[in-house]
Amino acid sequence: MDPSSTGIQEPFDLIRLSLSERVFVKLRGDRELTGVLHAYDGHMNLILSDVEETIMIVDMVDGAPEGQGTVKVAKRKMEMLFVRGDGVILVSPPSRT
Amino acid sequence: MDVSPSPPASPPPPPPPHAQPPPPAASSGSPTDFLKGVVGKRVIVRLTSGVDYRGVLSCLDGYMNIALEQTEEHVNGSVTNRYGDAFIRGNNVLYISAAEPL
Repeated sequence: MDPSSTGIQEPFDLIRLSLSERVFVKLRGDRELTGVLHAYDGHMNLILSDVEETIMIVDMVDGAPEGQGTVKVAKRKMEMLFVRGDGVILVSPPSRT
Repeated sequence: MDVSPSPPASPPPPPPPHAQPPPPAASSGSPTDFLKGVVGKRVIVRLTSGVDYRGVLSCLDGYMNIALEQTEEHVNGSVTNRYGDAFIRGNNVLYISAAEPL
């Protein structure tokens, strides 16, 4: 069965096709990662290399309306990273266009 | 040992003829039937965080892990990101809504 034009039969196929590619990972706690995917498992534990982490820090200003706090962005780089699967919200492979 | 014989048990009454009317064919079914029906269709996936993902549902599995195509991330009604493909880990999913007629 080939339900879509991309030939994906189960969601993990999307991850399998992204091995050795640079992926975007959205994590709990307003964190994002980009890195090269080396390995994964059924929990979505990930091994990434050449990683840049982006952390969004929202400062709530007193008296400011809801959602109007200033957002600070912190970045850091790591050579090699193990990501525990339960923190993963979304993984997006590079666009295959 | 004077056990009197019990009267023979009467057979149970027959069930009423139409206790479970058959469900209407089109607009009902199990949740699984719904999910099978929306594969390949445009959907809105809402996460427990309140973020919405709109896109074409490629496939999903028993954990409700989801593969979406042509995905737009919506936060508070505005588009905040676009992804060609996106894998969403199932534990974050609040609901999957069909965004076009089935």
